[in-house]
Amino acid sequence: MELYITEISKYVIALLMALYAYESFAVFRFQDEERRSGIYTRQNLLMLVVHFSCFMAICFETGDITYLFFYIFQQIVLFATVILFHMIYPRANRLAVNNMCMLLGIGFVILTRLSYEKAVKQFVIAVCSIVLTMIIPFFIRKLKFLKKLTWVYALAGIAALAVVLLLGAYTNGSKISYSVGGVTFQPSEFVKIIFVFFVASALHESASFFEVFTTAVVAGIHVVILVISKDLGSALIFFVVYVLMVFVATRNPLYLLAGTAGGSAAAVIAYQAFSHVQVRVQAWRDPWSEIDSAGYQITQSLFAIGSGGWFGMGLFQGTPNSIPFVEADFIFSAIAEELGIIFAMCVILVSLSSFIMFMDISMKLKDNFYRLIAFGLGVTYIFQVFLTIGGGSKFIPLTGVTLPLVSYGGSSVLTTLIMFAIIEGLCMVKGDEEKEEKYAARKRRKIKNSRTENRDEKEEE
Amino acid sequence: MTVTYLFAAVFLSMMVYICYYSSTHEQELINNSYNGRQQVLTAKNIRGTIYAGGGEILAQTITDEEGKEVRSYPYGSLFSHAVGYATHGRAGIEALGNYYLIHSNAPLSEKVADDMAGSKYPGDDVHTTLDVSLQEVADQALGVYRGAVIVSEPSSGKILAMVSKPGYDPNQIEEIWDSLVEDKESGILLNRTTQGLYPPGSTFKIVTALEYIRENPDTYQNYGFQCNGSFSDGADRINCYHGQSHGSVNFSRSFAKSCNASFANIGVKLDKGKFQDTLDDLLFNQELPLELNYNKSRIEVQEDSPNSDMMQIAIGQGTTGMTPVHLNMITNAIANNGVLMKPYVIDYVENSTGTVVKQFSPSTAKRLISAGEADALKELMRGVVEEGTASRLKGLSYTAAGKTGSAEYNTVKGDSHAWFTGFAPADNPKISVTIIIEGAGSGGDFAVPIAKRIFDAYFQE
Repeated sequence: MELYITEISKYVIALLMALYAYESFAVFRFQDEERRSGIYTRQNLLMLVVHFSCFMAICFETGDITYLFFYIFQQIVLFATVILFHMIYPRANRLAVNNMCMLLGIGFVILTRLSYEKAVKQFVIAVCSIVLTMIIPFFIRKLKFLKKLTWVYALAGIAALAVVLLLGAYTNGSKISYSVGGVTFQPSEFVKIIFVFFVASALHESASFFEVFTTAVVAGIHVVILVISKDLGSALIFFVVYVLMVFVATRNPLYLLAGTAGGSAAAVIAYQAFSHVQVRVQAWRDPWSEIDSAGYQITQSLFAIGSGGWFGMGLFQGTPNSIPFVEADFIFSAIAEELGIIFAMCVILVSLSSFIMFMDISMKLKDNFYRLIAFGLGVTYIFQVFLTIGGGSKFIPLTGVTLPLVSYGGSSVLTTLIMFAIIEGLCMVKGDEEKEEKYAARKRRKIKNSRTENRDEKEEE
Repeated sequence: MTVTYLFAAVFLSMMVYICYYSSTHEQELINNSYNGRQQVLTAKNIRGTIYAGGGEILAQTITDEEGKEVRSYPYGSLFSHAVGYATHGRAGIEALGNYYLIHSNAPLSEKVADDMAGSKYPGDDVHTTLDVSLQEVADQALGVYRGAVIVSEPSSGKILAMVSKPGYDPNQIEEIWDSLVEDKESGILLNRTTQGLYPPGSTFKIVTALEYIRENPDTYQNYGFQCNGSFSDGADRINCYHGQSHGSVNFSRSFAKSCNASFANIGVKLDKGKFQDTLDDLLFNQELPLELNYNKSRIEVQEDSPNSDMMQIAIGQGTTGMTPVHLNMITNAIANNGVLMKPYVIDYVENSTGTVVKQFSPSTAKRLISAGEADALKELMRGVVEEGTASRLKGLSYTAAGKTGSAEYNTVKGDSHAWFTGFAPADNPKISVTIIIEGAGSGGDFAVPIAKRIFDAYFQE
């Protein structure tokens, strides 16, 4: 009997997820949120059913009822988030909130399957983070001095990274985390946001060669510290975000060209200078010849991706735990194995849909500072998704970063939730701008009208 | 906007890559011994049965009352190399079809019933192209000699029989494994049909003749040579088999009588650059379109190869090494108007209720030679039967064509491997055989009679 349920649930889950992914792109057919609300409600319904079917499958497969309680808690929190966000910030973007909750939910499902203990930990962190980030949109809208803190951001970012480099603990050969009072932080995650704020505030008024040069120096310091800490993934993210932000701020393709050339040169130098870079590249080019050592992770990840087929092995049917660090760096492979390639593709599509929405908000913003922030955070998000999924599937060399919102990792979840909350804040700023514009337009019309009236009166005289 | 499109394009190509990779590499990934999912599947499914073309069971798993599984091979050592073994890294069809054998496509209702009964699911069954009676004839004909016989269908590439001696009883693989591995000298575990590298001897004159025809398409019929039992170039000398002198020979008679002196004379005349191209066409020193484990045939023809080497190469002696399956593939191409069909041994895969899960069909591997060249070689090979070294195949109910070989592997006279490769009927080839008997003597005396027994058995049916 269980078999019927687990087998059928595989297809149901994949189908519903595909519908959700479809809706997350269907949204872009309409320009105003009013007309999108039907889609959003359907999405909420699909989120509920996907999440529910996944946990049904887990309960039937394991015969353990505790998962059911865990599920109920998750469902309450996710729905509360969707509803509360809409109540507190009626003009916030609902697609971003829906996608955020969908990805969190998928993360909970696959983490529950991989390690119940870690899933619970992740859940607690996510709940705290959601509560914390609820107030962020309000501050983004109100605090106007955020534009002026250019050098505060620069110093804070460099200091945070430097502290880790000097005092941090090694995890798997990289110095990326720092413990305070038993809580382990990964500062590079938070610095990503601070860095975007730095570049945006430095370039929003004028993006002449002088500004670009000074920001380049600061960006370079960030990247170099990260490379020395052996956190290659983050270093790459900072670099790409910087180059693309400069390109958007200056609208000068020469900077893009220079950035690509400089990046390629730096990559070649890094390859020559650091043995760990060489190991990564070698493991990417031919992992099979070093299947015992450098290629082990990536080949195990490929085994997982290759074994699921379109609909997956089913939850608790595969062996994703054979991949080292599956819950952080290779969560995508675990999803592909047990929930199937279709589902995994939908996860990519949902991430992409969030990114497109970020870009959409960015383009509609009038204020250059906010515009750059929305753009920078969007690129930070999507490039990280690209690094982790591309790395796990041997599309690009492995860099060891998390899949935002889905992977296990407190700093990563909190950072991504902050990013989404900032975007929501910017969405409201956009609303304010539009309102102001309408007001200004009306005013102009009024003045024009009164003038013509005056003229008429004069003529009458 | 540019950046949005850029990321969308990158993500799209990554998604295509992942879908493509996972769907095309699934088998290869599952069969990798580092992939733990094999164990998961073996624990869940009973290994499927391997059948011969006539429905005879070649290998099956029998579960005793205590639930212990034993792999049983009803034909014992008859199919030892063809079917192989399922433990110790696997070999033969047990390795080739492993993916199918460990998966179960049984209908859901049957799986549910198995769940209720607490038994494992039945794995899928592999149906092969092997013919039990031809295998038996080949096995008996080879007798106590070491050697190999491969029988196949030129028009489809189906492998009908594959015998390699010495063999072993796969039922006792656990008990005899250690001694088989230790025994380096007799190479019992080596599948000689696909892995044994032998000097091709006079069977290589097929290749030499092809090259001469290619270089002299209009005049090769006018070739003439006066054989007095040997050919000399400086200090180097090539003798005919047992010093026999063939008198005045033309091209087809040189081939039919397998005149070493005449072919050494041709060898020194060949254009080495063009010869290399022909060898490439015929898959020498290259990967073969074959999924069984095999060794690449090797031959060394360089632009500066001295005449002494070319004389040896032309008659298939020297450092040249060739596998019987490769020679069989060339023979099949000649029989099939120049086109090599990809050899295959798994015909189709069925689930436990007899529904076909996967059907393999004949596929073209490559055109090795032109239709005209195939006709010319066919004509030469007819001559070998009608007036040459394979006259034991003359005057039968079917018309055979082929080439014998007596490959000397030792400087001491008389130590030679007996070769025969050929097909029948000559005008519409249905079946081809390639035979090597280690250390037996001349091909005409020892290999041709085996070919006759196989042809007789096949055409009697």
